[in-house]
Amino acid sequence: MSDAPQLCTFFIGDFTFGLEVRAIQEVILYQEMTPVPLAPPTVRGLINLRGQIVTAIDLRTRLGLPPLAGDRRPMNVVVGTPEGAVSLLVDEIGDVVEVDPALHESPPETLTGPARELVSGVYKMTDRLLLALDVGAAITTTASRLEAAA
Amino acid sequence: MSTPIPDSLQQQLVNDLLIESFEGLDRFDRELLALEAGGQGDAETLNVIFRVIHTLKGTAGCLGFGRIEATAHVGESLLSLLRDGKIDVSADRISALLKLSDALRSMLQHLETAGDEGTADHGPLLARLQALQDASSASPPVAADAGFGLFDDEPVAPAPAADAGYGLFAEESAAAPAVVARPPASPPAEPEPSAARASVSDSAIRVEVGQLDKLMNLVGELVLARNQIIQNVAQPDPAALLAASQRLNLITTELQGSVMKTRMQPIGNVWAKFPRIVRDVAQELGKKIALVMEGQETELDRTIIEAIKDPLTHIVRNAIDHGLETPDARLAAGKPEEGRIVLRAFHEGGQVNIEFTDDGRGIDVPRVKARAIQRGLVTADQAARLSDREVFGLIFLPGFSTAEKVTNLSGRGVGMDVVKTNIEKIGGSVDVHSTAGQGTTLKIKIPLTLAIIPALIVTSGGERFAIPQVNLLELVRLEGADAQRKIERLYDVPVYRLRGQLLPLVDLNRHLRLTPAPDAADVVSIIVLQADGRQFGLVVDAINDTEEIVVKPLGKQLKGLACFAGATIMGDGRVALILDVLGVAQQTRVVSAVRESTRAEETRETAGIDDRQTLLLFESRRGRHLALPLSQVARLEELPLAEVERSGRQDVIQYRGQIMPLVHVSRYVGDEADRPATTDGDEVMQVVVYSAHGRSVGLVVSRINDVVHASLAVRNADAREGILGSAVIQQRVTDLLDVEGIIRVAVPSFLHHGDN
Repeated sequence: MSDAPQLCTFFIGDFTFGLEVRAIQEVILYQEMTPVPLAPPTVRGLINLRGQIVTAIDLRTRLGLPPLAGDRRPMNVVVGTPEGAVSLLVDEIGDVVEVDPALHESPPETLTGPARELVSGVYKMTDRLLLALDVGAAITTTASRLEAAA
Repeated sequence: MSTPIPDSLQQQLVNDLLIESFEGLDRFDRELLALEAGGQGDAETLNVIFRVIHTLKGTAGCLGFGRIEATAHVGESLLSLLRDGKIDVSADRISALLKLSDALRSMLQHLETAGDEGTADHGPLLARLQALQDASSASPPVAADAGFGLFDDEPVAPAPAADAGYGLFAEESAAAPAVVARPPASPPAEPEPSAARASVSDSAIRVEVGQLDKLMNLVGELVLARNQIIQNVAQPDPAALLAASQRLNLITTELQGSVMKTRMQPIGNVWAKFPRIVRDVAQELGKKIALVMEGQETELDRTIIEAIKDPLTHIVRNAIDHGLETPDARLAAGKPEEGRIVLRAFHEGGQVNIEFTDDGRGIDVPRVKARAIQRGLVTADQAARLSDREVFGLIFLPGFSTAEKVTNLSGRGVGMDVVKTNIEKIGGSVDVHSTAGQGTTLKIKIPLTLAIIPALIVTSGGERFAIPQVNLLELVRLEGADAQRKIERLYDVPVYRLRGQLLPLVDLNRHLRLTPAPDAADVVSIIVLQADGRQFGLVVDAINDTEEIVVKPLGKQLKGLACFAGATIMGDGRVALILDVLGVAQQTRVVSAVRESTRAEETRETAGIDDRQTLLLFESRRGRHLALPLSQVARLEELPLAEVERSGRQDVIQYRGQIMPLVHVSRYVGDEADRPATTDGDEVMQVVVYSAHGRSVGLVVSRINDVVHASLAVRNADAREGILGSAVIQQRVTDLLDVEGIIRVAVPSFLHHGDN
């Protein structure tokens, strides 16, 4: 086994994100969602994942992007966390790529706003920049915000 | 310890030891009590008892727990003498052996929590056990030691073949050669599942192998059904699909039942320790008590078993301590010397009923009343009006205890109220019935499981929500004109008159910021709910059906939402949220979020004394908080200031074809004589219309704040002109307006008219 991390890539708006394959439980097509009234805006709804109730987090909202245009429907990237599975809604799924750790760099200081919270690093690929997603930030910030609001 | 054992293996072995020993000791206690009850007892019982201690000693020795081993050894020696009939079973010996079991248990517990045997000194107990062997001339109990010394040196692994099983299973005979007179007549009885216990033993439950086999079979069938359905997707065949889905349905239901069953435990697990408690407590108090248990096999979900363990224990202790009399008192009362406590458990209507009956002195109504008054729980006046049944309710109040002596068993004031709270927490109820001199019966009803609950499914804003049936009182449906007319507004608070009582309404759409269904206007569905002893009506778009739902937790992203208790999956596979009725009530301020005030009111409710009233809260011009019983309020109006006219020295207004005198409340409650509200620059004034004798008076107030259902503990000492007294409502000092007094002064003609 090589040390190079395998990243599953996905697209949100113009960004390409990558998430370590090991962190991902599964990737599934759009599922019917039950909205949760009074929930933080990033919580798009609840999905039924084989009898398990999974909270779906809209990464577009999280990144401050407008909702998907037209009738395009997001995909679910389900990540396992110690507290149960959480689904991240993304525009589209890309390939699984093996990245060279040497290409990794910290996000530039000039990157600010919601994206800064979610990006733990940048891989300089030949054709584009691959942003490493910080899953913890993507799913916990909403909770802490909620607590702060409560 | 010579041979190092891998830590994980050692830990596993220790865990096994703990689980097995705790179970064994429970059994040990039980059998000992059976022995005591049955006189000399049969050989088999003694064998069982002996084996428990013997196994414990062996296993502990194997794992190098010398102190446990040594302690168990002394008991074993005594037991072997008993078993061989060399000495007699006596109360002394049984007591000492029970103490031994306590000592062993405490060492095991120490082992469980701290990882070692602890240093508690059991010397006196051991000496006593030694002394009790005296009556016999049997050989001193050294024989067994030889075998055990061996194990001290050579912990687990290469145990001699003959002894291999000896550490872990009770199939011994060679262990104590000197004292074993005959081999066990039968293999050890199936160990019963232990009562749910903290930590180690808590993480494991016993499931019958047959049950597991059944589960496996069902899973096998499930796989077949899946295959059929997958095949059908490739080559659709409606008939086959229908058959397959029906099969799937059956299998799932059965599987659900079976898995549930593995979680179910007989209530006897909790009861198992009661005989011991009864014996110890009875001895301590010098009482004679027989414990009868019926329906031990009644099954409950283990989470519930866990929750009721402490409350039940408390009830038993309470019955012995308070309920049953001393033998002398019983004889004097013409009852048999021995008291009886009967425990009965049975299933009824999807619930488990547990009844505790004692034939003791019953609840002493006058004494309970006196106590409640003394404790300030009720006033003497209220107490006099209480029915017996309501008096029984008093014993569940916090801070109540009738025991004249505070014993270490009960009477610390943390008794029955905790029992009630704990049982209600899991959706159960407690009811007590008592006849003076005849005894007391306590009935507890608890749900079978918490994981699957009956719920009402409603629709609001196009989404479905589940409301637990526990909170549900009734449903009200208003159609057509009624829908508009019957919902009245009290200053922005919608209310509905439910059989003469004002029911505050909460609009679910509004509360959850949902878009109501467009056609919902001509039908109003009100769900009357109860939260924390208060009723309120939840207005939803539509009421669908009742269903059993499986409660699933919400992710931590949503934990902060007090209005949802969880989520469930509906028949169509979509997720529906479960409303937390208490949360909704608190958020909409139907129920005060402040626990203290709620508790105080709950308290009154439990006691059956309802001196609460619905009060209208408002402010005078200088910001004084005033209240008026809503029953005295005819209407609340906003009237234009421009319409105020004068008649003589009186401000009046034309109202519904009458001339209504206006009374500026501020002037009569000790505020300075302000000019009427005109100075505010407002164009309207808030008027509380008071009606009597077919005429109305308008009370002009500065602001109407709220309508609350609150207790009015009026302190008359504060009475002044215009004020009947003061009370604390919503944490503010609020004066209760003396409407009649004010009107008598302000509009003398009003009351005269009425008199005529």
